[in-house]
Amino acid sequence: MTTPLVEVENAQLHYRVGSAVSAMMGLPSVVKAVDGISFSLNKGESVGLLGESGCGKTSMGRLLVRLENVTGGSARFDGAEISQLKGRALRTFRSRSQMIFQNPFDAVNPRYTLAKTMAEPLANAGIPKSEWRDRIIKALELVRLADPEQYLDRFPHQLSGGQLQRVVMARALILEPDFVVADEPVSMLDVSVRAGVLNVFREVRDKLGLTAIYISHDLALVRYVCERTIVMYLGRIMEDGPTEAIVREPLHPYTQALVAAVPTPNADQSHEPLPIGRGAPDPRNPPSGCVFRDRCPKAFDRCAAEVPASKKVGTRHVACHLFDEAG
Amino acid sequence: MLETTVPEGPVIRIFRAMKLPVGDNFAMAGLIIYVIFALTAIFAPVLAPYEPTEILYTVDYDLASDLLPGQEGHILGTTSLGRDIFSQIVFGARAALLVGLTAAFMVAFIGTIVGLISGYYGGWVDTILMRLADVAFGIPFLPFVIVISAFLEPSIWNTVIAMALVLWRDTARVIRSQVLTLRSRGYVEAARVSGSSDFKIILRHIAPNIVPLSLLYGSIAIGWAILTEASISFLGFGDPNSISWGFMLQDAFASQALSRQAYHWFIPPGLAIIFVVSAGFFISRGYENLLFPKLGR
Amino acid sequence: MSQPLLSVKNLSIVYEVPNLDVVAVSRASFDVPRGSIVGLVGESGCGKTTMARAFTRIISDNAKITEGSMDFDGKDLAKISEREMNDLRWRDIAFVPQSAMNSLDPVYRVEYQMHEVLRGRGGMSRSQAKARAAELFEMVGIEANRLRDFPHQFSGGMRQRVAIALALALNPKLIVADEPVTALDVIVQRQILDQMRALQRDLGISIIMVTHDISVVAYICDRTVVMYAGEVVEDCETATLLSKPLHPYTMGLKNAFPDIASAGTGILTPISGAPPDLARPPAGCRFAARCPFALDHCRSVSPTLMSFGDDHSVACHRAHEAEALRAQAALPETWGEIL
Repeated sequence: MTTPLVEVENAQLHYRVGSAVSAMMGLPSVVKAVDGISFSLNKGESVGLLGESGCGKTSMGRLLVRLENVTGGSARFDGAEISQLKGRALRTFRSRSQMIFQNPFDAVNPRYTLAKTMAEPLANAGIPKSEWRDRIIKALELVRLADPEQYLDRFPHQLSGGQLQRVVMARALILEPDFVVADEPVSMLDVSVRAGVLNVFREVRDKLGLTAIYISHDLALVRYVCERTIVMYLGRIMEDGPTEAIVREPLHPYTQALVAAVPTPNADQSHEPLPIGRGAPDPRNPPSGCVFRDRCPKAFDRCAAEVPASKKVGTRHVACHLFDEAG
Repeated sequence: MLETTVPEGPVIRIFRAMKLPVGDNFAMAGLIIYVIFALTAIFAPVLAPYEPTEILYTVDYDLASDLLPGQEGHILGTTSLGRDIFSQIVFGARAALLVGLTAAFMVAFIGTIVGLISGYYGGWVDTILMRLADVAFGIPFLPFVIVISAFLEPSIWNTVIAMALVLWRDTARVIRSQVLTLRSRGYVEAARVSGSSDFKIILRHIAPNIVPLSLLYGSIAIGWAILTEASISFLGFGDPNSISWGFMLQDAFASQALSRQAYHWFIPPGLAIIFVVSAGFFISRGYENLLFPKLGR
Repeated sequence: MSQPLLSVKNLSIVYEVPNLDVVAVSRASFDVPRGSIVGLVGESGCGKTTMARAFTRIISDNAKITEGSMDFDGKDLAKISEREMNDLRWRDIAFVPQSAMNSLDPVYRVEYQMHEVLRGRGGMSRSQAKARAAELFEMVGIEANRLRDFPHQFSGGMRQRVAIALALALNPKLIVADEPVTALDVIVQRQILDQMRALQRDLGISIIMVTHDISVVAYICDRTVVMYAGEVVEDCETATLLSKPLHPYTMGLKNAFPDIASAGTGILTPISGAPPDLARPPAGCRFAARCPFALDHCRSVSPTLMSFGDDHSVACHRAHEAEALRAQAALPETWGEIL
């Protein structure tokens, strides 16, 4: 049994919103972006974090690259608590754990040439200047940018979205990290170039043996990239298991609705109404017990009273009272 | 955005490098006025025919008081104490520019630093700095400057310090809010993830984006500072040892120039103030168009 | 067959930038049959949004309709006066913008904004407007008591529903929706699409749906018009488009799109390269540079949109070989590098 590279245990990220006065008036004053999430990732494993906007998937990813710190529970990288890292340990962490951002046009400084953008992690890691050029070119080759030298002196606005996203990926990979969080890396790109970026992502992940988290709201994309998927809803995990099993036979009522809602490029898709109630999840005011119960077609008494614990069902973990042991 | 098709000379290129809004006609006019006044201030001893406080006599050894423009070779005439008004205007440019530029620099500098720190770090640092800004907002500007400069002994420098102590608040507020949006930009977060220090991020990724904003608030402060200095001198709380346009107005007022219809005495300093102050606002308008191109026109 | 509701012929729209003319839409032609949903698909910059906005003439000041016609119920939308256009907006053609948030004024209650349209444009009395607003909310699936809310009190999906309700306010014959579900999550997206389909059926209206997402088109559109670099390259029934595309670009798009219903994940194949600069469009077919089937002829002579089989138009020199090309297009190696 390999030791996990990333371990998350009952992690919480709560934001305080509103003023003391509104809290006294009984208005909700805390947003629980991440509320008691546990999972672990083995070395070389990639997992998709799937969910609707506001479900906390991006917050979860940000915790793992220390753009945020947990407000409760723990998130560990290679055995060390990420939020407690300091000095040299933090510097090492910064070179081992990276992020690929959603909007490539926002993720690079518009005033910087691409060489300068790519050099920033190298400078921070203390790589001697003489090696920079070679490493930058190597990283750009890794993401399959043809003829990488021509890009070095260019500015971001001179590149297309697809090219720029490859540069963002190359910057994340230039220090040969162990772990990468990709936050919807193709959602801003045109369909015809998406596939290329996804294929490159799959290739470099396998080549470098990366452990990866792929954050997306699109199950079809997650399925293309990750063997395992974690489905989130309002800061909690609903279902966690092999992607293929989740696509074929979703267990949690929320996952069932989510899978049924994914449109396909086929004319003969089902137009059945979704097995889910109207309305939208409100992160400021989640229901008691199971956070999904107000939209769940199968909710019953216990769902309001008790938060469902995660239970092992075959190869999966499901947090739903329908799967409680009888009695 | 700004479109210039005119070939750029070296001066324009330097201005551009200094992030001056050279594409805007009003701003250019403002800059030209500034250049003229700056040259006047620098070469004041050469340009002015007399010492500004020197009491002059006519060829007949009478006090050269209340001469009209052109009389006895005095371009703008003399005051009732026999001082040359043109020389006073020329030396007044020194005071005005000194006050304007130093105050603007201090306001932009303090405001920028506070805004950067407050916006980037957030939390209790932000709370403390912004409550200080709130206090500064609550201070009545002119009375505060008068009290401080009277308390510390009236001098140009104390006036400047008093102004900076109040005016940094606007700059800080605006820059803070700008920093708040900048720090959630992808490339700033990418720099954090790749291990850049806070100092490096502020210096390399955030500060370059707010320089035009600092300059905008600096250029607004120039106008305010000159006006304020003039008001204070006019009210008699100014530096008694330096000639400023405000002092000239006060002198004229005290000598009843108005009722004696000695227009040549109070109109020139008044015009000088209007020119320089509006030049400052023209330049800030240029920055505004540069920063928020959708607002104007 | 009855007359189409909207018939676009040879429509060109040019953005006049100093020293440069960008032809955003060039010689586009297609029909919107009565009582149907037509999808307008393409990548960013292909001219689909510009064209959609031209139907209500809300294009920006520097955009000019340089040729062609848009025949709507006997009126040419390209020629009628601004006053006539103004009469048509809301009443006959309604536009749903991409971001519903921006189309609602945050300082007014939603009810006020509904009344503005109903009373201002529709000439209704206060009580009529009130009843109609409640009815409209009912139609798009929002409780009528939420009319008193401000826009920020609605979620993204709700706001989109409000925008659709506004568009329906005066019973238009045609709704032009610009990426109405792009910013929404799949569940909400599905619910809104279902709602639009139901409304279209119940009210017998037509909808033009601008989108970049072929799965949205597949889900809801009767017909689909594919645009590439400002030109219409293919136009047919959606089912035909998905099963028997004639244009290589359409074939490529399908290959690049993940399909959750497929047995395995397979390999997604990108279309290498990027669309041409519309300020300097290439000679010949605009897709030739990215097309694996391009011949010399394609690079010099621009193909025109031609009818091919029943009710299927395509602009491709090799359309007659489409069957063979489809078989090749299904193979990833046809498209060169997949990375």
